[in-house]
Amino acid sequence: MSLNVVKFPVFPHLKKIIFPPRWLILFFLFLILNPVSSYAQEDLSSSWFNYHRVNMLVFLIFFFAVIVIFIERAKVGKSLFIRRIAGLDAIEEAVGRATEMGKPVLYISGIEDVDNIQTVASMIILGNVAKMVAGYETPLYVPVCMPFVVPIAEERVKEGYAAAGKPEAYNRDNVRYISSEQFAYAAGVNGIMMREKPAANLMFGSFYAESLLMAETGLATGAIQVAGTANIHQLPFFIVACDYTIIGEELFATSAYLSKEPKLLGSLKGSDLAKAIIMIILAVGALLDTLGITHFASWFYIE
Amino acid sequence: MRWQIPLLIVLIGGVFMAVQYFVPLEFSERIYEYCVDWVIIVGVFAMGLGLWSLFRVSVGKIQTKAQGWGYNFITLGGLFGMILLGLFSGIEEGKQFMNLFWYIYTPIQSSMFALLAFYVASAAYRAFRARTLVSTILLLTAVVIMLRLIPLGPVSGLNQTVASWILTVPNMAAKRAIAMGIGLGGIATALKVVLGIERSYMGKE
Repeated sequence: MSLNVVKFPVFPHLKKIIFPPRWLILFFLFLILNPVSSYAQEDLSSSWFNYHRVNMLVFLIFFFAVIVIFIERAKVGKSLFIRRIAGLDAIEEAVGRATEMGKPVLYISGIEDVDNIQTVASMIILGNVAKMVAGYETPLYVPVCMPFVVPIAEERVKEGYAAAGKPEAYNRDNVRYISSEQFAYAAGVNGIMMREKPAANLMFGSFYAESLLMAETGLATGAIQVAGTANIHQLPFFIVACDYTIIGEELFATSAYLSKEPKLLGSLKGSDLAKAIIMIILAVGALLDTLGITHFASWFYIE
Repeated sequence: MRWQIPLLIVLIGGVFMAVQYFVPLEFSERIYEYCVDWVIIVGVFAMGLGLWSLFRVSVGKIQTKAQGWGYNFITLGGLFGMILLGLFSGIEEGKQFMNLFWYIYTPIQSSMFALLAFYVASAAYRAFRARTLVSTILLLTAVVIMLRLIPLGPVSGLNQTVASWILTVPNMAAKRAIAMGIGLGGIATALKVVLGIERSYMGKE
């Protein structure tokens, strides 16, 4: 009897786990047999390709392919399920609360420049927040730490207001540069929190020691706070001081989640599949290492 | 063309940065450094935009006598004062510019950082209240971790072992899981930007 004929009416996902597709089996065989390891011994001084990084290239290509496949699936209309993220749903709740109270919304995009992917993600979220805020006709303050971020933030907010059909409500002075210095910026933001008393503080981006200074001040003003960062060391501070915290990778899922655009949802599903495969690799690697087969784990070594 | 050219620049730049990571040749390194230098150059121009934003908002607040407008005088005074001192008196040690930096700016910055200790204390007080089973476990874990730095006599060794296990096994596992997700999320976002799937950062199309 062919394996494909075995029926799993109750657990369709279990079938996929027990009988993985052939390409996945070949992929694992490739990793175990490690056919490229001999190249890694080569002298790199005259080489056009760094063979020590071939494992990273393989994963990058694989990851790229998975994302493209899911985007194509999304484009042809396949429905893609995305789990509910409470923190992202809370953004609208926070904006709604600010509107009811007649108070502004404060958006903080972190202290890193646009060469940091978290700041890019934050700017993408800012556009969605601006659209939401414009719909409610609530003021939106965006204090910026890095001068490079100022024109991007201005453009995102302006576009959000235009998309909501309220371009005249956009106030350029509400997107303002504070300081590139970490604690000077924190002091400036805390000043805005204490003077303007925003009803909602949204903090998305890369944060360091200033995270708790700002989050605790926001808590003291009674604002509803939603924060998200991929800086692991700052997550505990946000979890303690904020009402909702977007943890790590969820920050990058936000734009897809808020916009519900099929192409973005497709890429999100692609990265989820890659994560599932990494989990399988970890389990297989731990098992093989325990059995004394170290060849598999050595393939993931990066110089 | 208004959209194609920026997207093309992003695509070429993104693909080059990915490719150069795998090319160990010197010229690849040089081009990379050249690109990074360009980021610094563009950043200097962006600084002008930032300063203009700060100036415009501060002057606007003074003109309209908005709440706390007096602070804007201090902001503008600090901004132009430091620029003028740097230009006319120099930025060497012992000059007014550096004196203001060491004796005014640095203590203010240190004070802000020192405030963190009080905020950590108040945040810890809220986090470690044993109201539920989970928060009690969190409290006990925190106690074990904090006590590892204090000599506890005969139980010191046991406490060290338990604290070390907490840090290197469950804590490390959670941190690595989050880090892997962040890595993949970051790559996915970068791919979306490089391929032009995510182009909302460019404004309205």
